[in-house]
Amino acid sequence: MKLTGADIKRIARLARVAVTEAETDTIRNEMSGIFQLIETMQAVDTRNITPMSHSQDMVQRLREDRITETNQRALFQSVAPAVEAGLYLVPKVIE
Amino acid sequence: MLNLSLKQLSAALAKREFSSVELTQYFLTRAEALNPTLNAFITLDPDASLALAKQADVQLASGQGQALTGIPVAHKDIFCTKGWLTTCGSKMLHNFVSPYDAHVIEQFNYAGAVIIGKTNMDEFAMGSSNETSYFGPVKNPWDVMAVPGGSSGGSAATVAARLAPVATGTDTGGSIRQPAALCGVTGLKPTYGICSRFGMIAFASSLDQAGPMARSAEDCAVLLNNMAGFDSRDATSLDRTKEDYTRDLDQPLAGLRIGLPKEYFSAGLSAEVGQAVEAALAEYRKLGAVTVEISLPKTELSVPVYYVLAPAEASSNLARFDGVRYGYRAPEYDGLTDMYEKTRAQGFGAEVKRRIMIGTYVLSHGYYDAYYLQAQKIRRIIANDFNDAFKQCDVIMGPTSPSVAFDLGAKSGDPVEMYLNDIYTIAVNLAGLPGMSIPCGFSGNGRPVGLQIVGNYFAEAKMLNVAHQYQLATDWHQRMPELAKGVA
Repeated sequence: MKLTGADIKRIARLARVAVTEAETDTIRNEMSGIFQLIETMQAVDTRNITPMSHSQDMVQRLREDRITETNQRALFQSVAPAVEAGLYLVPKVIE
Repeated sequence: MLNLSLKQLSAALAKREFSSVELTQYFLTRAEALNPTLNAFITLDPDASLALAKQADVQLASGQGQALTGIPVAHKDIFCTKGWLTTCGSKMLHNFVSPYDAHVIEQFNYAGAVIIGKTNMDEFAMGSSNETSYFGPVKNPWDVMAVPGGSSGGSAATVAARLAPVATGTDTGGSIRQPAALCGVTGLKPTYGICSRFGMIAFASSLDQAGPMARSAEDCAVLLNNMAGFDSRDATSLDRTKEDYTRDLDQPLAGLRIGLPKEYFSAGLSAEVGQAVEAALAEYRKLGAVTVEISLPKTELSVPVYYVLAPAEASSNLARFDGVRYGYRAPEYDGLTDMYEKTRAQGFGAEVKRRIMIGTYVLSHGYYDAYYLQAQKIRRIIANDFNDAFKQCDVIMGPTSPSVAFDLGAKSGDPVEMYLNDIYTIAVNLAGLPGMSIPCGFSGNGRPVGLQIVGNYFAEAKMLNVAHQYQLATDWHQRMPELAKGVA
């Protein structure tokens, strides 16, 4: 499969990773090589095979609906890049 | 202190032959002497380590010591460790001092173990050579021109160079076993779900598993006793009766059936590795084991399947690194989306970005069935193949890695060539089985070879028995790199 420069830009946008014009070609080449390897999967007949998402056949555990955590906001916000009055600061998104 | 086993160290500490402070200082001195050469640790904090050792000495003096009380342990920098820098080998977390402990760290803290430092690793555990670390590559103690393997390369190098008696690692596609093989140490990836993933920075959640790295299988068993256990904070943690993983160490191997997958001994395997593995198998036959040929026909496909599933899970897990709640934020940006995109472009290295983008693509509209679903179906076939194989044998053996440690820089330019390094280890993660690597020889240029042992689900005690009996009969695991001998 051949990826195009436009594919790379679309994927980068979806992944929220800025990619410069200069990087696009390198990434396209490397990813095309990886997808060549990935394409070898297509030769396998997988009709009637149930997909395996996990090695464990388990269901979500349920628990009683009660408070188990204490408020540690100050501790957790101590590692944030920008906080004010207990709130995380981000660029303005609503005018 | 240099080459004592955990059992011996524990006995000496209990008898007060030396204190935990003395033991910790001994290894800190070694780590400080060799780390400039090996770059095995991202963080050493002697004051914090010695404070823990002092606490342990109080516990030991009161006769309250347990198996790991006062023992220095090096932790892979993927485990959140309260009050310690926890970087996961990334610029994204270069300034992240964890506000809480991973479950695995908690378990070591309860036991009174001493944190001797946080070990270097491939960025977000994505790599097989430790070259993707933001903090620079780790060097192999057997030859500083060679890679130590990855992603737990710092932990493997630490154990090999005797900078700590034991270490922790994690394994998503071979990240404990491959560096253990390349550095000549013993490492075990348990059955998926045995060790809690809580506080272990996520790469691919359905594959990630923590495990012990040490010089011997016996030490790995002692460590696993402490690491395993149910934890309600990990939705996939298994609620099982507590096991003693040392219980079968002394069992004889007579009648053990060893399965040899023919796909693991075919083209692509280096001659030197093949010879060392054959010699190990001959030793096992001397110990009373029998070998049977088995087949794992989809071995080759495990690599493409993994490079769909692991990046898919990673692209979702790593979405949390957005420059808002912790870690790196780009210094300049224009609006929220631009902040996300620049933060992630600058905070992640090339390999991490590559995998996030592969994952994003295979999960995107129109491609999901062809890639993600197809990979999940082949994953099922791979797991079934193992299931069939275990009808014919008790354990599976083969090489851990197709070659010994390669030179730094030799494969870093070609992602596909790097990925193919994990051809013998990846399928074990896809199936969720336990696997380990033990040292079984050296190449002509003095680089270690690893023997892989794969067990059925929950067969850790059996595998450790199989490894321990080999280590009683051989001394590969006791060999020490020259570089490690010259330090007081």
